[in-house]
Amino acid sequence: MAQPSRPEAPQPTTITPALLKQHSITPDEYAGIEAALGRVPSLTELGIYSVMWSEHCSYKSSRVHLRRLPTKSERVVQGPGENAGIIDVGDGWACAFKIESHNHPSYIEPFQGAATGVGGILRDIFTMNARPLAVMDSLRFGPLSMDANTGPGVSDAVLRRNHAVLEGVVSGISHYGNCFGVPNLGGETRFEPCYSGNPLVNAFALGLVRRDEIFYAKATGVGNPVIYVGAKTGRDGIHGATMASEEFTEGAEQKRPNVQVGDPFLEKLLLEGCLEAMATGAVLGIQDMGAAGLTCSTCEMGARGGVGIEIELDRIPQRATGMNSYEIMLSESQERMLLVAERGREQEVLEVFAKWGLDAVVAGSVLEEPRMRVRHGGVLVADIPNQSLTDDAPLYHRPVGEWKAPVPLDPPAWVREELAKPRDYTEDLKQLLASANICSKRWVYEQYDSMVQTNTVQGPGGEAGVMRIKGTGTPGHERGLAMALAGNSRWCFVDPRLCAMHAVAEAARKVACTGATPVAATNCLNFGNPEKPEILRQLSDAIDGIAEACTVLGTPITGGNVSLYNETRGEGIYPTPVLGIVGVLEDASKAVPSHFQRRGDTILLLRLIGGSTAEELLRELGSSSYAQLAFGTLWGVPPRLDIHEEKQLIECLARLAGAKLLTSVIDVGSGGLAVALARAAFGRGIGAAVTLEAPAPHVPWPDVCRVFAEDATQIVATCAPDHAAAAMDIAAGYGLIQAVQLGTTGGEVLSVSIGDRLVISARLEELDRIWSGSLEDMLAASPVVAEVMA
Amino acid sequence: MKFGVLQFPGSNCDQDTAHVLSAVARQPVVMLWHASPSLEGVDAVLIPGGFAYGDYLRTGAIARFSPVMASVCRFAAEGGPVLGICNGFQILCESGLLPGALLRNAGLRYVCRQVHLRVETADSLFTHLLAEGQVLRLPVGHMEGNYFCDEATLTMLERDRRVVFRYCSPAGEVTTASNPNGSLANVAGVLNAGRNVLGMMPHPDRSSEELLGSADGFGIFQSLVQALSAVGRT
Repeated sequence: MAQPSRPEAPQPTTITPALLKQHSITPDEYAGIEAALGRVPSLTELGIYSVMWSEHCSYKSSRVHLRRLPTKSERVVQGPGENAGIIDVGDGWACAFKIESHNHPSYIEPFQGAATGVGGILRDIFTMNARPLAVMDSLRFGPLSMDANTGPGVSDAVLRRNHAVLEGVVSGISHYGNCFGVPNLGGETRFEPCYSGNPLVNAFALGLVRRDEIFYAKATGVGNPVIYVGAKTGRDGIHGATMASEEFTEGAEQKRPNVQVGDPFLEKLLLEGCLEAMATGAVLGIQDMGAAGLTCSTCEMGARGGVGIEIELDRIPQRATGMNSYEIMLSESQERMLLVAERGREQEVLEVFAKWGLDAVVAGSVLEEPRMRVRHGGVLVADIPNQSLTDDAPLYHRPVGEWKAPVPLDPPAWVREELAKPRDYTEDLKQLLASANICSKRWVYEQYDSMVQTNTVQGPGGEAGVMRIKGTGTPGHERGLAMALAGNSRWCFVDPRLCAMHAVAEAARKVACTGATPVAATNCLNFGNPEKPEILRQLSDAIDGIAEACTVLGTPITGGNVSLYNETRGEGIYPTPVLGIVGVLEDASKAVPSHFQRRGDTILLLRLIGGSTAEELLRELGSSSYAQLAFGTLWGVPPRLDIHEEKQLIECLARLAGAKLLTSVIDVGSGGLAVALARAAFGRGIGAAVTLEAPAPHVPWPDVCRVFAEDATQIVATCAPDHAAAAMDIAAGYGLIQAVQLGTTGGEVLSVSIGDRLVISARLEELDRIWSGSLEDMLAASPVVAEVMA
Repeated sequence: MKFGVLQFPGSNCDQDTAHVLSAVARQPVVMLWHASPSLEGVDAVLIPGGFAYGDYLRTGAIARFSPVMASVCRFAAEGGPVLGICNGFQILCESGLLPGALLRNAGLRYVCRQVHLRVETADSLFTHLLAEGQVLRLPVGHMEGNYFCDEATLTMLERDRRVVFRYCSPAGEVTTASNPNGSLANVAGVLNAGRNVLGMMPHPDRSSEELLGSADGFGIFQSLVQALSAVGRT
């Protein structure tokens, strides 16, 4: 039946299968587009649908699963669905925070890909009127050198390429964040062969806003002016969101023009300009232009406000001449914002932007009809109902496969034999300290400004970043925020659900180590192709794990990002959920450091009462850093985790810190107890002598598990000797937690005994040299050739 | 007494510097916008860290042409105290208020970490409360902090005791290992001939509160505040 024709409609394009394929639109999806419009779309409209319905923007494969995440608590002011989540942190302050991926661009062009990843997440924060207070990153790369974990088949060229990606990513992050002026508190950097063709760059940012001064990305008031501010629109980044929703094939470098180019100086001006403009009271709503650029901000702001927006593309500041409407609408040029101002007060807003030297124009106005209407050269080029681009985007219930453990539960016979032989654990410890995943990441984080804004109480290199909030509390005792990122993808490969719970638990534990109480979370879910049932199973299981852990710990997910299609040539990455946890500290001066502070302190181990049997321990050892390095093989399961027990440890740590009983706390993580002791010792060069109780004689392979197993819910703490009894008393009050005295800090040696057998003994200086210099040694051994870096 | 902190587009330690002066030293502070030539009658000028004008072309190269810097040059010529920190030091060198230049770090990378500084002279408005030979712990955060000047200039600076701080070990030895950026003779800060203009790469603004890990930098602000209040009384 013929539709009554509108008085004016965009010119239809000729739809061919090739055109649809080029836009990654399926025939079914195209039918949906025609149904929504009631006509054949124009080319610009087709482009708009292709980005808004891409996996990156629409979450069409993950949305049905994401609904299972907990998103509410008394502190949550804004959950998922806005530019960032917001929680109340007390004293009239709220914090906006989120983690987001920029994986695909960072592989194609590491420097700009990573730089614009930082830029994008910063805009998500300050568009809500929150001044960015800190950033962190979770990075995954392919290996830099051959070791047992690398396995065969990694060529020299791949190692060099990985090195080039690492250099590019780190300098991109450094370049953008340093110039913008936000401290980087570190995060995590890990290496696994599966990331050689698909590195991960997940950027986290957190900003502060007064509780009653939050801005939302919502258009209101028919007839109000819509203002474009920031960088001129260029041809960079066209179809970036679509690219981020595809697997890579050969020749991915040809996609380089799809990567945006960042200008942190402009972003700094945009920050100051936007915050000042919002302070005038003339701004009603604001959204940054990130993925899908002008398209996304226009239709989303309209949709949230239940209104429409009409824009005139001739008014948009342009970097290139002769850009057509398709290019302008799909450009992902960086450092741009769209805002709605109160009619009659647009001049006030434009004057603020002029002061900061920013291009700003009234580009359109708010419509009553809930549509996105775009004109170019006087011609209507797009006229689309907002709803069809946002809430009515496709939603897939893709098939979820059966879970099959990818590795055997028990180790090969030869590993059992090896484990039964006596081993030199001092040598093993040195190997672990030198390994890429455990060695010092100072080479990375010293390239980041971690102190600008003068709020950094604990910077990179410890368990969590700690910031003070200026103007709260009393001078020197301001309110604090702690934050940490975590995600162990090797465990996730073995058991996605349990691993996702571990990621929540570990990030929360790191925050709790500082004495802060974890209150909210954000997640970045990096997975392969969701059209493969086994991959979707990983995603679905990981979401279930996060949901359960976050519910129990009382840390709702307030936002985040899903990055799918992390595959190159059909080769998927390990499933990699990365969790960011934020905690609140009533008095930042009570923040507990991660490293031994004084000689002669008592060393305590806080852990669960009970534990695993010898067979269970052996299976859990199979996914540890130790097994990877010593045997180069993967078996078993991740360590056991009871999230209720974890909650007890977290509460116990907050209580101990509040009572000022502890001088340091470090998490027992990768490399187990031995590595935790070493890391705690390196900070100030204070050694330790530790004795673990002798095990029951009938238990086989206990030693290795005692020193290198990566059991969850375990921390090493220190206290003044005369505080030990009080600390142990408090711990005993948390039924499931046991505090054991391990020994004393001091001396120049790190020694670990089991009963009366000395199993590890080495000069701290030697261990420190191995740990500190390892990453640089690896980089020196795989020099980047100039051509690759260019 | 009133302190002025310059604000260029791209300054990012302007609020940090103002915070130390107002919240820690409890002094009145005004922000001085780059586009205005007026110094609003301030008694001292602070040029903060950051990336003035994006540090395009060369660090400080554009900032020196700003209207406010013309006034700062006159103010300095009349003996007014000027303290440039990090990017501020780079701008002072570009403006010709201080000799030498700040090249890219020897390691060709941005470096942010705590370093140790030896106080080489207490004979200045900025260091008279410190002791010569005293070791301070302050952070650096820069890509271009590698101080360079010709031999004759260095000889003159050494002779006139215008090198104020040198990078050193925790024990105060001036060594290559303790030099974070390759600076000539480990120079971390220099004075002008009138001893009223100081440029330094390390950040006293980031080390004026114990909560942030070190308050060793506060002595520099205290020295300046006390020197100015002494002038005010006479």
